[in-house]
Amino acid sequence: MDVSLFAVAFNGVSLASILLLAAVGLSVTFGLMGIINMAHGEFIMIGAYTAYVVQGLLLKSIGDVYYFVALIASFFVAAAFGLVLEQLVIKRLYGRETDSLLATWGVSLVMQQLARSIFGAPNVNVVAPSFLNGGITLLGATISFKRLFIIALVGVTLFFVWALFYRTRYGRRMRACIQNREMAQCLGIRSDRIDSTTFALGSGLAGIAGCALTLLGSIGPSLGQNYIVDTFMVVVLGGVGKIIGAVAGAFIIGLSSTGLEFLTTASIAKAAVLFLVILFLQKKPQGLFVIRSRSLD
Amino acid sequence: MANIKYWLKEPKNLIFMALIAVMLFMPFTLSLFRLTLLGKFICYAIVAIGIDLIWGYTGILSLGHGVFFGLGAYAMAMGMKMVATGGGLADFMKNGGLTSLPAIWRPFTSEPVAFALVVLIPLALAFFMGIMTFTNRIRGVYFSILSQALAWAFVTIFIGMQKYTGGTNGITGFTTVFGLKLSEPMTIVYIYYAAVVALFLVYVFATWLMSRQMGKLLIAIRDGENRTYFSGYDSSRYKTFIYCISAVLAGIAGALYVPFAGMISPREMDIAFSVEMVIWVAVGGRGTLIGAVIGAILVSVMKTGISETFPNIWSYFLGILFVCVVLFLPKGLMGIWDSIRGKMKSRQTKENESAAVEGGAA
Repeated sequence: MDVSLFAVAFNGVSLASILLLAAVGLSVTFGLMGIINMAHGEFIMIGAYTAYVVQGLLLKSIGDVYYFVALIASFFVAAAFGLVLEQLVIKRLYGRETDSLLATWGVSLVMQQLARSIFGAPNVNVVAPSFLNGGITLLGATISFKRLFIIALVGVTLFFVWALFYRTRYGRRMRACIQNREMAQCLGIRSDRIDSTTFALGSGLAGIAGCALTLLGSIGPSLGQNYIVDTFMVVVLGGVGKIIGAVAGAFIIGLSSTGLEFLTTASIAKAAVLFLVILFLQKKPQGLFVIRSRSLD
Repeated sequence: MANIKYWLKEPKNLIFMALIAVMLFMPFTLSLFRLTLLGKFICYAIVAIGIDLIWGYTGILSLGHGVFFGLGAYAMAMGMKMVATGGGLADFMKNGGLTSLPAIWRPFTSEPVAFALVVLIPLALAFFMGIMTFTNRIRGVYFSILSQALAWAFVTIFIGMQKYTGGTNGITGFTTVFGLKLSEPMTIVYIYYAAVVALFLVYVFATWLMSRQMGKLLIAIRDGENRTYFSGYDSSRYKTFIYCISAVLAGIAGALYVPFAGMISPREMDIAFSVEMVIWVAVGGRGTLIGAVIGAILVSVMKTGISETFPNIWSYFLGILFVCVVLFLPKGLMGIWDSIRGKMKSRQTKENESAAVEGGAA
């Protein structure tokens, strides 16, 4: 029992780390702009397909190193798509939360169909770098290097994000805009630029999550859809606009869904997690970590 | 009587009556295949009215309304399946290794109970969700996300419990409905008329509800929930009430949908379909009941037309439709209608005024 519990916990942490990467972007854009981006899952998909394309171009010439190129490329490609989306659609939707939901859902439909037209409907595979094959046996459970690598990757990425948010001018301005947009504007902060940068950053992080996902299985046009609901639950649970909230939410959702899946079945676990989140929100309707504000709509 | 006169004075209700008249005439011109399609669209229109009540009037965006549609439909389908098998085991139960009828299927062996459950199951679930969310002031996008997760959870459960629900394939193989043979063409015509009558009743009920104090309060909640709350109205009760009404309408629509479709599967309750329901209302014009009806039928007709000829284009079209409606036409088609009428009215008053001024000068 102890042995398999350890394996379950490890899988939970690795699921949590992927959710976390996707949720940080979502949480911050929601906190900053009041935009719920339903197309966020499609940035995961873009990241995954970027890895696939990079692999096709570089695997023969530079071998395993291609994966690091793919990581960087998927960040920038997803960020570029995010920037375009922000300029074309999101910009016009400020303060219309539920409308932003609908419009971005439309965007996600278009992006999925686009992926289907370009890469075909069947799933494709990305060959994982050979040094990530295999694993170690710890406490009787097999710990695969791929999952370990993903956890490390998320740790490093998150450190950079944290440093960016809390140790740079950009981060300070962004947090000011989250707290009180109008006041920040009065103090000379170009909030529209902050918005674009942040949206692109969030999209890029989702892209990295997609690139990481290619290690775990085949990828398809609806890849993002499998993760988006859980990612949203992370944001709802953790609270909006704070990294720490996303971390806490991701770990709770990741561990509880793998744990419940272990105890029951995959389908019952989904329903049980939803039920737990609703129960939890009874106590804290705003999520775990709230940015305090005296404003009332 | 005076009420009816007043009701008929509203041009939007007149448009609706004209629409109903056209629908009553349709069985004489359309082929059976097309009539079945139109019947489905009428069911969609009933759902759209329900969504308009909670979203257009009350400002609650539910992205999981397919669940209520699906639960109503499954209740109906299970009742019809039990008639088909004579209370015995369905094929998917046998494949799943069941030897006796599962407990959740027992109530459906009696048709009246099945019909009652069409209403009661969505009602109970909506009541539970409403109590759990609205009373604790979970609102706005938080509620939307939870409702979306609800759809996700239900679809996973229905696919996962294959031997109880038929899994991905859902429930098919019905023989009769209300004691009428489904193989007879006239049965579809009867069901079609039943759907038209249901749509009419639901529309009248919704306009009646919205003309009462209730309607005003719901709009007040949409436009300023805190103010309504501070004025002494327990907004969560009103929200739970209208959410339940809307769920029941979706359940009834789902039940009517089953005889037309001849099957029900988890596809009819998933997130994609639930969000499509919202876009019907958005296209037609949120906050106008006629807009919801027109939007549901129009988008569905377009969907059939486009996906019959260019199956790949539909996703692009639907996606772009979402974006364009939200960005450029937030009030939908009825918004255009209102602005045209508004312009005509202001022109008329201007002409009257200038006529009056000229009259005064002379």
